[in-house]
Amino acid sequence: MKWIDYANPTSLGDALGLLAEHKGRARALAGGTDILVKLRAGEEADILVDVKDLPELNELSYSSSDGLTLGAAVPCYRIYADENVKKNYPAIIDCANLIGGTQIQGRASFGGNLCNSTPSADSIPGMIALGATCNIAGPNGTRQVAAEDFCLGPSRNVLAPDELLVSIQYPAPAPNSGANYIRFIPRNEMDIAVVGAGVSIELDNGTFKSARVSLAAVAPTPLYVKAAGDALVGSPVNDESVQAAANAARDAAKPITDMRGTIEYRKHLCEVLTRRALNTAIERAKEGR
Amino acid sequence: MPTKTHVTTTINGEQIDFLCEPRQSLLECLRDIIGLTGSKEGCNDGNCGACTVVFDGRIVTACLVLGVEAQGKEITTIEGIASPAGLHPVQQAFLENAALQCGICTPGFIIASKALLDHNPNPTEHDIRFWLANNLCRCTGYDKIILAVQDAAAKMQETKV
Repeated sequence: MKWIDYANPTSLGDALGLLAEHKGRARALAGGTDILVKLRAGEEADILVDVKDLPELNELSYSSSDGLTLGAAVPCYRIYADENVKKNYPAIIDCANLIGGTQIQGRASFGGNLCNSTPSADSIPGMIALGATCNIAGPNGTRQVAAEDFCLGPSRNVLAPDELLVSIQYPAPAPNSGANYIRFIPRNEMDIAVVGAGVSIELDNGTFKSARVSLAAVAPTPLYVKAAGDALVGSPVNDESVQAAANAARDAAKPITDMRGTIEYRKHLCEVLTRRALNTAIERAKEGR
Repeated sequence: MPTKTHVTTTINGEQIDFLCEPRQSLLECLRDIIGLTGSKEGCNDGNCGACTVVFDGRIVTACLVLGVEAQGKEITTIEGIASPAGLHPVQQAFLENAALQCGICTPGFIIASKALLDHNPNPTEHDIRFWLANNLCRCTGYDKIILAVQDAAAKMQETKV
């Protein structure tokens, strides 16, 4: 790694000032589990701005009106230990448990996972399925971007060089709703998704009132599959409607063939994982969790 | 020429001051500056767990922490696990169960296993395997490590009673 400076500002204003001053040559440091690896691999920057001392980025709070505010620097272990998350967002726990192993979960954050913007990121399909919004701060104030609009391509996203992801806002779960994220990897732990599927559904008297489906690792960005959710809305909760949504997910996927899997294999996985994730989400909705 | 940063931290209960470059990992600082060479460098990208240390109460891979981030923190390395009275039960169990061959991964496994037992004194085999998934061993095939952790758990339960 080339020489790099380090700063750990304690206010959002100071952090934004550093980003502006260094004009695209500053990088935010949260858990460091991606950025330090990238810097050692040759990526260059002048300064790392440690964001772990910024109160806004450490927030983890829930209210039944506003839902969950997840600060961008909150590490995975705090997420899955949080009582409000456990009670209201089992799909977020699914994601937090899958990112790296115990040591990585001691540092890695959902905010970092989002800003690293890989198509296979395990936390992003959950954000998209749950309808999360990204709160971004910049020199001219704050703005909100829907989770599905955040990533633009592998390692590319909507953040300008002088902007910082502050938090991820998940809406409060609706009554009779359920969600799930699962992925396929060839081993049991510590691997990158061949395909991942995140789903969220809301039931009303045996029919789907609303539904959102998102896929990982089958396009240049995490994919929001609107057609799969639309296939469910208004349909009765049964195997046929779940299968129709799974087929829509398979048809929307645009994977590539690489060392982790072929196009055909990944398309097949989209169908299987979407079906399984929907069935788990339906169970969770019925059990009221 | 850029200047080094002065870091004050607590390692194994002792206050330590050191100077490092901001780009240096905590692992480099421990090994090359402070002289605590028990933590090993395997992959240097967070996969192998040989550099596992306790960092403010959580296990982390020291290769993915910067030395400057240690300012004001509390760190436990493998050098801080045994007491003057003898080895920690996890260390003793690794010895007695032959849970190591070359030994490079062992400090990381012992730190991670002790953290597991501090957090969950009676883990299932499944719990142990998932908790230790971030630690790689290319010698033992893992089974003896799992047995050692189970043995340590049982002995630590006995001594508590």
